[in-house]
Amino acid sequence: MTTALPTTPARTRSAGSGKLRALRKNRLAMTGGVIAAVFVLAALFAPLVAPYDPARPDFADALAAPGWSHWLGTDDLGRDQLSRVVYGARASMQVGVLAVALAFVVGVPLGLLAGYYGKFTDSVVSRLTDTMLAFPFLVLAVGLAAVLGPSLTNATIAIGISQIPAVIRITRAETLRLRHVDYVAAAVANGGGDATVLFRHILPGATSALTVQATVGIPAAIIGEALLSFLGLGVQPPEASLGVMLSGAQSFLAPAPWMAVFPGLAVVAATLAFNLLGDGLRDVLDPRGATR
Amino acid sequence: MSLSLKTARPVPVRLSPMTSYLLTRIRQSLITLVLVSMVVFAGIRALPGDPALALAGEERSPAALAAIRADYGLDDNIAVQYGRFIGHAITGDLGTSSRTGLPVADAITAALPVTLELAALSLLLAVVVGIGAGIVAAVRRGRPEEWLANALALLGLSVPTFWLGMVLVLGFAIALPVFSASGYVPFAADPPDNLRRMVLPAVVLGSGLAAVVMRQTRAAMLDSLSADYVRTARAKGLSRREVIGTHALRNSLVTVVTVLGLQLGHLISGAVVTEQIFVLPGFGKLTIDAVFTRDYATLQGVVLCTSAAYILINLLVDVAYSLIDPRIRLGGAR
Repeated sequence: MTTALPTTPARTRSAGSGKLRALRKNRLAMTGGVIAAVFVLAALFAPLVAPYDPARPDFADALAAPGWSHWLGTDDLGRDQLSRVVYGARASMQVGVLAVALAFVVGVPLGLLAGYYGKFTDSVVSRLTDTMLAFPFLVLAVGLAAVLGPSLTNATIAIGISQIPAVIRITRAETLRLRHVDYVAAAVANGGGDATVLFRHILPGATSALTVQATVGIPAAIIGEALLSFLGLGVQPPEASLGVMLSGAQSFLAPAPWMAVFPGLAVVAATLAFNLLGDGLRDVLDPRGATR
Repeated sequence: MSLSLKTARPVPVRLSPMTSYLLTRIRQSLITLVLVSMVVFAGIRALPGDPALALAGEERSPAALAAIRADYGLDDNIAVQYGRFIGHAITGDLGTSSRTGLPVADAITAALPVTLELAALSLLLAVVVGIGAGIVAAVRRGRPEEWLANALALLGLSVPTFWLGMVLVLGFAIALPVFSASGYVPFAADPPDNLRRMVLPAVVLGSGLAAVVMRQTRAAMLDSLSADYVRTARAKGLSRREVIGTHALRNSLVTVVTVLGLQLGHLISGAVVTEQIFVLPGFGKLTIDAVFTRDYATLQGVVLCTSAAYILINLLVDVAYSLIDPRIRLGGAR
């Protein structure tokens, strides 16, 4: 993982636009990108998109099958499923973006330090990473939920923390690789200070790998939120979240299978979209990882 | 253990690369384990309020609290408390569940076989299906078979475990009642019934892992198939089956073993959810129940055991890996 590769030439701007073109040609990645964009837009404009109030019960219309008035049917309280899926997507995106942001804010500086200074700093950071990795994601999240109490914010924190080790490792590996690349060595020889070298030369070089990590992290966080909320450790009912909807659907599997099918499809569509986009980005940005 | 013998030698000896690699890995694992135990120990004390209240659960009479204070020595210095916690944990004493009043260690021992069976079945499924599909995808490159295997893998990665569980229950326990969707019967008591109940959970838990294994096998096989030694083997006139089976596959398995090791955390997390859906009385259910009943002693024990097991398995995977591939211990990926 941390093997130092032979020097790679610094990227130029024209190469960047060529990559964008290559990404546009990748049909799967573009499909993923479009679905992801729809998901993001639905999340941003949920109040405009949702046909009904997601929290308003209508007992006369409970457990209605999908039809013209309720495209995705209604749940046991007669709430419109489509509106709840849209608001659920909003919760998912919120967790996805914020959790990944948290992981980056903590993980990137630590990874840079560990990779750049090596020795003692590296040992401390690496042991810290190992300690965090020693807790399987759900055990960590469950523990945090137990300590902090279940809520959307705490689920976001738990998921963000669980993604920190991966961000540290990737940043560290990139830093190790870039430290010996010619243009960085030149910057050091020119008397560039540590901060300059780290933030002006090494960090930009690590952007590709970190972009790919973000596209992996967002779907993981979306699934994580759904999972925690499903277990009752995340978003609390009556708030809408895809996990909360699925958890509620468990008691109505036989009479109202649509309650389980549509929120699940939304999770799958969102994660699939981000994964496809991420695969495409990896092919374009990180040729070393493309064969993996 | 041989470890103490080796480290106790008075004269520094030149250790073989393998031994020194092993010693480094063991030392790292031990440090991690100690750090983990500190986090677990600190976690329960980070709870807002009195840890005695947390450990007591519902039983909150002054007498019960005093008993807990004395039992856990909560008035002692924090370092002394930690030392005692570790001492007890090493001898298998993980405290008493505030929910059942029984030793936490007993609850864990009772839950372990369920989770182990679930994990073993899913692992078996993941390895058989994943490696099989990976070989097919690599060998039939560019054909519909590869496309199908890739699509299945991508689905396996994108479908969340718990939703797959619900869909399978809907399909194979409600619509077509082939399998049973809840409860556990020990294998020794009634093997067919046990399997009837474990198939769906194993499929649910194994699917994501199978997808990862498939992708890795495919990538590794593609690498191997284009390698010089495989071309040599072909040129020697070996049959296609021999080339793929003995030459290409064997080298690809190194990667697969590592990936399996890295995925164990997901397996543990997945088991928590799977057991919740299928109402299996395993480790995961014990954990979730402990959270909801605020049974912190059990939670502490379960988290400590899970993490310790995870660290140990990772150590074993690394050792196995270094035995298979000498470059790891000689070159040092770290």
